[in-house]
Amino acid sequence: MRNKHATQLIYELSQNGRKAVALPQVDVPERPVEELIPERFLAKKTLGLPQVAEPEIVRHYANLSTLNMSVDTHFYPLGSCTMKYNPKRNERLASLRGIVDVHPYQSERSLQGLLQIFFELQEMLGEISGLDAVSLQPAAGAHGELTALMVAAAYFRDLGEVRTTVLTPDSAHGTNPASARMCGFDTVTVKSTPAGFVDMEDLKSKLDDSVAVFMITNPNTLGLFERNVAEIADQVHARGGLIYLDGANMNAILGVTRPGDFGADMMHFNPHKTFSGPHGGGGPGAGPIAVTSKLGAFLPVPRVRREEAEGECSYCLDWDQPQSIGRVRSFFGNSGVLVRAYCYLRTHGPDGLREVSENAVLNANYLLSRVKHFLPVPQGDRCMHEFVASAAQCKNERGVSAMDLVKRLLDYGFHAPTVYFPLTVKEAVMIEPTETESKEMLDQFAETLFRVLEEPDDLLHEAPHTTQISRPDEVTAARKPMLRWNPSTEE
Amino acid sequence: MKPEELKYAKTHEWVHVDSAEGGNGSMATVGISAFAVEALTDLVFLELPEIGKQVAAGDSLGEVESVKAVSDIYSPVTGEVVQVNEELPEALQWLGEDPYGRGWIAKIRLGDASALENLMDHTAYSKLCADEES
Repeated sequence: MRNKHATQLIYELSQNGRKAVALPQVDVPERPVEELIPERFLAKKTLGLPQVAEPEIVRHYANLSTLNMSVDTHFYPLGSCTMKYNPKRNERLASLRGIVDVHPYQSERSLQGLLQIFFELQEMLGEISGLDAVSLQPAAGAHGELTALMVAAAYFRDLGEVRTTVLTPDSAHGTNPASARMCGFDTVTVKSTPAGFVDMEDLKSKLDDSVAVFMITNPNTLGLFERNVAEIADQVHARGGLIYLDGANMNAILGVTRPGDFGADMMHFNPHKTFSGPHGGGGPGAGPIAVTSKLGAFLPVPRVRREEAEGECSYCLDWDQPQSIGRVRSFFGNSGVLVRAYCYLRTHGPDGLREVSENAVLNANYLLSRVKHFLPVPQGDRCMHEFVASAAQCKNERGVSAMDLVKRLLDYGFHAPTVYFPLTVKEAVMIEPTETESKEMLDQFAETLFRVLEEPDDLLHEAPHTTQISRPDEVTAARKPMLRWNPSTEE
Repeated sequence: MKPEELKYAKTHEWVHVDSAEGGNGSMATVGISAFAVEALTDLVFLELPEIGKQVAAGDSLGEVESVKAVSDIYSPVTGEVVQVNEELPEALQWLGEDPYGRGWIAKIRLGDASALENLMDHTAYSKLCADEES
């Protein structure tokens, strides 16, 4: 039985005079604080920090942690996010002293191990992408998109070409047009066909010499491999544009095909998705990018380089790139998740990585083959690593929405799939099981989803029923967010 | 305003020509349809156009954000924005309660009334919505 402490704010647990520290007796003469610090620097009011004893603090956070759904506790088929299991081995290796007890201002000489990891990771990402040059600096996938677009902008500036437009398909992740706008481009949307692929006629009508980049996700967000991707790339290249590959769905194609081979000029990886880094819990994510050789000179600095002299090899940070767009992140980027990605890649090796993708695709197709009988999947019978079902019929006939269905899954101990994305599918339910789930788990999930669809409408409208908070008021939370606690917030 | 008397764009905006003759220089009131509001679900934010902005039919007239997505509002007509419903961003419920009345978005002085001919009447628009539903 959970108690209420778990959802109270720690400020609400505060009692005057309670504390969790015991300071030793002062062994110097005590003086009033006003004598030591000029009055203008002193706070006028107390800070109002919570006054809580240690057991209360520990119980508060321990209880809160039990309300969480995570890959360590639940099946988490959150489409587009690749919530695969995070091997504990990677956590242990990433905690080694030579990795955590170092400082970015140490000499390169004393950081050789870490630099070697980064260099080898650059090489491996280059090989997986089929592209020539890699930067590990960007701090997240969307940051990788922005960085790559800045590289593209620098490339066109260098050529003396004025290109103002970035094309994105209507099924694109919202970050694609957002990154393009942040980088100063206009965005134009390219339609999809009813089958879920880029509409070639629409692309042709929008492709002109003002197009700098076509940002494409492949497999796309419907979990389909864009069959025309090579032709798309040829057409964009023929007009002098570049192809950006959103690498969010790399889990489907590792070791099977390479973005560089199907025409991409630049891409990002999401190590926290594809390479099993934790999402958030183990520190921030990263969004390394890979580009073709003609764009390499514009990548951020520093990059890690290997030097060989007198049979000895060493690693150094290369700042000498006059055409570089400069830094996009302090120091080496978010190194923790990069080290975990490195461990993951080393553990699997080339053949193992291919198996990762084969099993991710197999698991998704198995689940698709079960789910499509009771929740239609508009874009066909086969998928890559994920598929998008639609609750539109259920919404029209019974008024039960995609949101109602997935909220009810929480009551059965499953994290909800992604809903209402991509926007091209009505009442979208986007399911990505990943390769780390067993057949038994996939069966349980499919059976539960089937059972939920049979449940009474009212039960579903009000779900979830077993969580401490059922449905927060999303509109008020978005329009009138209360971002800090103060005494007046309390009733 | 009665939905049956309005004209509609494929992108789910409605327009009402306020003066009888309906030529260049007449005023038109613009909003988004009940179908669009329903499809967007819970609205959280609306960006109105600036007064004085010149728009062509199909240009962005503003943005509406719901808990699901951000969508552009496209102008169904060509002309100059002369008035906007300034209270609306703080009263988004009007879009759901009265999309053809208090939920109006902007008044536009028509620059090229011929663009109206590309719009649908209520019957054609209802059919479009029915097709999108299925």
